[in-house]
Amino acid sequence: MIIADRKPVGELLEMVKDCNRILILGCKGCVTVCNVGGTKEVGVLASILKIARKKEGRPLQVDEKTIERQCDPEYIAQVKDMVGQYDAVISMACGVGPQFLSEAYPDQRFFPAVNTTSFGGAVSHGIWAERCAGCGTCLIHHFDGMCPIARCSKSLLHGPCGGSAKGKCEISKEVDCIWDMIVKKKMEKGRLEDLTKMKPNKDWRTARDGGPRKSVREELVQ
Amino acid sequence: MSDLKSGSNLEKVLRAGHFALTGECGPPKGANLEHLKEKFSHLKGVVDAVNVTDNQTAVVRMSSWAASAVMIQNGVEPNFQMVCRDRNRLAMQSDILGAYAMGVRNMLCLSGDHQTFGNHPQAKNVYDIDSMQLISLVKKMRDEGKFLNDEDIDVPPKMFIGAASNPFADPFEFRVYRLAMKIAAGADFIQTQCIYNMEKFRAFMKMAVDMGLHEKAYILAGITPMKSVGMAQYMAKSVPGMDVPESLIKRLRGAGKGKVAEEGIQFAIEQIQEFKEMKGIAGIHLMAIEWEHKVPEIAERAGLLPRPKV
Amino acid sequence: MRLSYPSNVKVIQVPCTGRVDIIHLLKAVEDGADAVYVAGCMEGECHFLVGNLKAKKRVQYVKKVLQELGIEPERVEMFNLSAGEGPRFAEIAREMVDRAKALGPSPVKMKKAA
Repeated sequence: MIIADRKPVGELLEMVKDCNRILILGCKGCVTVCNVGGTKEVGVLASILKIARKKEGRPLQVDEKTIERQCDPEYIAQVKDMVGQYDAVISMACGVGPQFLSEAYPDQRFFPAVNTTSFGGAVSHGIWAERCAGCGTCLIHHFDGMCPIARCSKSLLHGPCGGSAKGKCEISKEVDCIWDMIVKKKMEKGRLEDLTKMKPNKDWRTARDGGPRKSVREELVQ
Repeated sequence: MSDLKSGSNLEKVLRAGHFALTGECGPPKGANLEHLKEKFSHLKGVVDAVNVTDNQTAVVRMSSWAASAVMIQNGVEPNFQMVCRDRNRLAMQSDILGAYAMGVRNMLCLSGDHQTFGNHPQAKNVYDIDSMQLISLVKKMRDEGKFLNDEDIDVPPKMFIGAASNPFADPFEFRVYRLAMKIAAGADFIQTQCIYNMEKFRAFMKMAVDMGLHEKAYILAGITPMKSVGMAQYMAKSVPGMDVPESLIKRLRGAGKGKVAEEGIQFAIEQIQEFKEMKGIAGIHLMAIEWEHKVPEIAERAGLLPRPKV
Repeated sequence: MRLSYPSNVKVIQVPCTGRVDIIHLLKAVEDGADAVYVAGCMEGECHFLVGNLKAKKRVQYVKKVLQELGIEPERVEMFNLSAGEGPRFAEIAREMVDRAKALGPSPVKMKKAA
């Protein structure tokens, strides 16, 4: 899913500093799964903002609502009658949410409550890690189910580099060297030969480098 | 001598069967030509070619190709380094043509330390292609006379292609395969990461020789003399992919105050003597970083002077 | 035991401190509490195994939030004691009341318009 982290409270207070009534809109999709923008977190953020503003002597009215997702017009439409009643709306969804809302309701201001980071999954309770960089040309079948574009700090296709030490990436001991893992798995499975063949240069056109992407299902388009 | 690939001094020295010696020089953190000239002046006539680093450890310095051009103007042969971290394939091909036009004939293709190490960690990561693909790119430009997109090049760059090898990174068993790949991709010469763990290096070279790699490319052993116990400890702990045995640190400590640098040089000279006889080693790459003025002395004491005139 | 503890401590009973969530602590602060504390079982003795450890983490989270907002993190606290320790319960109550007095009224109390 899409992983995000909540922006620092100071930054959010700055965003709403000229507001008296706001709505915090949560999302039951990815941000609920990574515990940053679901119903619970909306409640927590509402309380935090109210506390901060009470302390300043400028109380803030904060309403709360969580919708199914913020990446489909049908769900965005559900808040049609609400959004106009506030000075601004904070969306706790990933970067898609505030943009879809802004497009649907151009007269309202929508602020992002989270910093969206990557595509990934839960590696243990409370910890989510990046797995996919959205390069548009998936190659993980060449690397025994691991992606060096997303998980190698240098996106090498012929790693590991000379900085790989004890299974860790040179940038930090907290980062595993994915190439160490790929090589070890290939050796274990007797497929080392796969790595000795030159890989063609990556075509970055399918990645964000080629410009914003669009996916079309011809069979569904009306 | 059959057709030379680039005609560089380094290539001719190696082709003629001499034991080569290369040095290293980091460009200044500015446009200070005097400082640059002063640095490489120690190496003139003392080594066969001088590596010119490319924003090494992701710290911004004068560009490698510019410093290389200055070297050529002053009668020193550069080993132009290019890392994959800072430029995409357009800029790479463009810089290779520019460097060649300025007289550069040796080129080293490297991945480059990640920008988090350097003084501009906020920068965007490029890594459009990796070092393996860069080697292949330079070979294509030189031997096919074509750009990556197969268009013809108007006077192709004839570079002597180099690559780096780190026998001390992990996983150890794979390092020699990676070296083989770089040679298959087009590397004519290899410079290794600086060596301190001689036992491990001997094991690595045995694998390389068994695979016949020394017959396909010239392998130069990397040496960096230790200046102090602090330096040895720092490299042991804080530089990824560096292997500094405890025995060496003990030896340096045992030398006594004021005598550690000399002990470090002694160790380097012993290494050079062993490498002269080691099967598969075609020369030495001496990286006396910020200690360039010591290179003539070390080269002399190791019996590497005078350098051959080819 | 009929031990007395200060009357300005409002006790909210829960089956396990694991039931206490971040929002409950924040709401207490939001509504003007000068201090709020969680009293759970001794670590390792939670009847529900790790409820008190979850509570501890949540208290730490709220402390961090308060710090970010410029409110004294000491206004929120976690204590561990066993169910039979009546005197300790009273002692903790007195400690927190003294602490709240020393810190002064919560900066979140609604400021009266001038």
